[in-house]
Amino acid sequence: MAIIERPTDSPALAGAGAAVVTPSSSYGYFRRPVQSSGWKSWVFTVDHKKIGIMYGVVAMVFFFIGGFEALLIRAQLAQADGTILSADKYNQMFTMHATTMVFLFVMPMAAAFANYMMPLQIGARDVAFPRLNALSLWTFVFGGIFINTSWFLGGAADGGWFMYAPNSSVPFSPTNGVDFWTLGLLMTGVASQVGAVNLIVTALNMRAPGMTLMRMPIFTWMALVVQFLLLFAIPIITVALFLLLFQRNFDATFFSVADGADPLLWQHLFWLFGHPEVYILVLPAFGIISEVLPTFSRKPLFGYPFVVFSGAAIGLVGFGVWAHHMFAAGLGPISVAVFSVATMAIAVPTGVKIINWTLTMWGGKLWFSTAMLFAVGLIVQFTIGGLSGVTHAVAPSDTQQTDTYYIVAHFHYVIFGGAVLGLFSGIYYWWPKVFGKMLNETWGRWNFWLMIIGMNLTFGPMHIIGLQGQPRRMYVWTENRAGEGFFNLGFWNLVSSVGAFLLGLGALLFLVNVWVSRKNPPAPADPWDARSLEWITTSPPKEHNFDRIPTVHALDEFFHRKYEDVGEDGQHDYKQVRTGEQVIENEEANAEAHIHLPSPSYWPIILSFGLLVICYGVIYSTLLVAAGAAIAILALFGWALEPPTADDSEFEPPSSDGGQPSKELAHV
Amino acid sequence: MSDTTTEPRATPEPEAAIPPGYDDGQDHIGLAHHTTTGLSNTKLAMWLFLGSECLLFGGLISTYMLYRNRQGDAIGPDQLWDIPFTSATSFILLMSSLTMVLAVSAAKRKDERGTRLWLTVTALLGGLFLAGQVYEFTVFYREGLGYTTSLFSSSFYTLTGFHGVHVAVGIIMLLSLVGMLAKGRIVGDKAETVEMVGLYWHFVDVVWIVIFTLVYLIPA
Amino acid sequence: MSIDNDTHATDTDTSDAVSQLEHDDLHSHEISDKNYVIIALLLAVLTAMEVAATEISSFPSSLLVPALLLMMAVKFFVVVSYFMHLKHDAALFKFGFYIGLAGAVVLYSVVLMTFHFFVN
Repeated sequence: MAIIERPTDSPALAGAGAAVVTPSSSYGYFRRPVQSSGWKSWVFTVDHKKIGIMYGVVAMVFFFIGGFEALLIRAQLAQADGTILSADKYNQMFTMHATTMVFLFVMPMAAAFANYMMPLQIGARDVAFPRLNALSLWTFVFGGIFINTSWFLGGAADGGWFMYAPNSSVPFSPTNGVDFWTLGLLMTGVASQVGAVNLIVTALNMRAPGMTLMRMPIFTWMALVVQFLLLFAIPIITVALFLLLFQRNFDATFFSVADGADPLLWQHLFWLFGHPEVYILVLPAFGIISEVLPTFSRKPLFGYPFVVFSGAAIGLVGFGVWAHHMFAAGLGPISVAVFSVATMAIAVPTGVKIINWTLTMWGGKLWFSTAMLFAVGLIVQFTIGGLSGVTHAVAPSDTQQTDTYYIVAHFHYVIFGGAVLGLFSGIYYWWPKVFGKMLNETWGRWNFWLMIIGMNLTFGPMHIIGLQGQPRRMYVWTENRAGEGFFNLGFWNLVSSVGAFLLGLGALLFLVNVWVSRKNPPAPADPWDARSLEWITTSPPKEHNFDRIPTVHALDEFFHRKYEDVGEDGQHDYKQVRTGEQVIENEEANAEAHIHLPSPSYWPIILSFGLLVICYGVIYSTLLVAAGAAIAILALFGWALEPPTADDSEFEPPSSDGGQPSKELAHV
Repeated sequence: MSDTTTEPRATPEPEAAIPPGYDDGQDHIGLAHHTTTGLSNTKLAMWLFLGSECLLFGGLISTYMLYRNRQGDAIGPDQLWDIPFTSATSFILLMSSLTMVLAVSAAKRKDERGTRLWLTVTALLGGLFLAGQVYEFTVFYREGLGYTTSLFSSSFYTLTGFHGVHVAVGIIMLLSLVGMLAKGRIVGDKAETVEMVGLYWHFVDVVWIVIFTLVYLIPA
Repeated sequence: MSIDNDTHATDTDTSDAVSQLEHDDLHSHEISDKNYVIIALLLAVLTAMEVAATEISSFPSSLLVPALLLMMAVKFFVVVSYFMHLKHDAALFKFGFYIGLAGAVVLYSVVLMTFHFFVN
């Protein structure tokens, strides 16, 4: 197997920094990329850490795009008879806001964490299929860009993020927007599907010695459950998307009522995916705060097995409740009753988690870092969203609530209050590890509190206006329907819009924090006195993650290497015997001599590009489809013929003055 | 063909240099002791993928089952099906599964010529099946079953079309595998690579077993 | 607890043992080429029986459909268990595949039920 050649006197191998190597093989024109710095080392990388960072950065860009779309919506609804957005533009706005936030922000941000953290948490050097990992990233990036080009190419999709048919078919949605949406989601679906297979195999097959499943860090567990949800849910929406694509482009009649079709077919297929999707959105955040809360309570996670099994239960039952999105669609009393009961049942495992998180904090020495604030914020805000969710489970009351702002309130409390707060908790928690710098805690507090106040001002009133009857997806509300007194729609819509701008400001403060923190001194390897394996690395981790693959003897392995139990008579009394730095130094001192890493590759991004060209071709020209297919097939063959690790002959060590090229990695 | 390598192009390193159970972040095929479960990464990945494909084909089959009687005044299944012909093509696909399994068996015995022979026969039988499908569809088309004729027709062609595309991809994989084996371009465990392609091929056959019964045999 | 306790310890020995066991298991359940041909003939016979069943006009529909489904299921599981070797393969592979299969059957059956598909 090829070893990466580095000169012995190369600079410290922190983060992406390493001796620059240039390709020199006689392999022909398409030499394999082997650069270890510069833009090429990012674009052709298969390193899970770089891929994770790129996922996160792109997701964050889409967060602000989706947020901007939301602010336009709220500006439109701040007063009666708003004139900022036309009805048609409004439809596009709420469709793209939701699509962007769900598919292009929350999912990829969770993927960023899963990609970066899962291998580190299980003591691996990379994921099971590094090139597939790169394929997932670039297919997502191109898919997201593809969907958003629709804004400039005739109009964005306008059928709502759930894109109900036949409203989404050509007579009612004549622009190409829905096709951009369909094809773009097919691309991001490929990214998720491939990523799911990759991460499941990683978690099951690449754990460090001694790491049984019940010693796996809880974030990895939740990420694993999410990958199973993706594995089985994405094919279902793939079917729906293809049926819609064929309807719109080849005049198939799958959703044409006049030809005998049943519009509920779309709804079933979409929500069979759509409900597991919301657990895909929130479970990673649950996993993140299950790491953050113990660290900042200085206590282990309460009831780790319960948290694991409730996560699996949520995943499983999550596949059984989809028709609660269809209570008003005319399913009939038996179906409605069955799904109503099932939906109530799913509140139970979530409640188990809330209890375990609360009991983790109980009696702990609480440290309210920004990450901890966001984690506690999730518990509070998600519970509110969960409570309104329980009211939806009761089908008769849901019949009043459905298609009103009460529902909008619910899902924003669980998605923003749940998934987004959890993701921000993870960002603040793992930032020092990933980027080697601490984020500023004062700015962090401002970021947090402004987001909390903003989100509650935005989504709190929506419970009220929803129950007063303001429908969803209406581009204006009028004075004569606004009602009087405390429940006046005008007042609460205005509050909500002001809240939205505060929320946007709070989100911007995160960017401010990133900016002012960029010149901070280097962060320690273990700033939070954390508990799990990913902290037994430098900050940022070396390219090969661990100098020596750790052997795991317990859950919270890192904690147990720092603290020994000196208690008697069954009492636990932990005394610190080592610092985190000392644990890491010990690993470095016992570093393995031969470390093998998978090599970068052109083919993933080329394949993704081929898919992108095919997608444009479906909308514009069959010639483009053929061209894209040719690129894709070329990439597939190139990939198949390329070994995962570059041959030795493909490296040429740079001529450094007096440095002897060595076949070993330099020791730091 | 797959994300595998255990055979280095340069001088192989002595196995002793790598401690047993040591995970270096690469996928190892055939070196089962390098993974936590002792199972091959690629094989696990393939079975998970096939599990997900059940949901893909399940959705297409359900759509067909829902719409199978909705042809309005246009031509319907009873008038179209040529059961003897479709039975013959189904038999051909079934036999291709047999030849596939013989290819895997040959690969395990390191019988290189036998492997390539059976893989080629499998691809040929698959091609014969596809040719039969194409012929059948042209007959249906001439009898008035276009893609957009009715819900029944759209659902039928979409379901069988997706299956046909899967068969075509399988044939390409089989022939590519034959070529790569002949040129020695397979890195890693050859037998396992053949087995992986085999799993995919058998799955495609198994989907047809379901389609043949549900679509053609069960009376509308 | 000593952190230098870096025997790549018991789990790898276990997985070595497991893979050895599996290897033996595979060998003891090795299906010969001849057996594969026999299985293929069985599948062909079943297919012929399926087709024949549809030809018998005296077969009531309420019996025909379950009979066809049964034969289909038998063929399905024979190919999966023997040609795809799942019967004698690791439990994890069975888990990954059968969860997908069971999920598909259950979920889509429920969908069809809401369309009153199974009501005659």
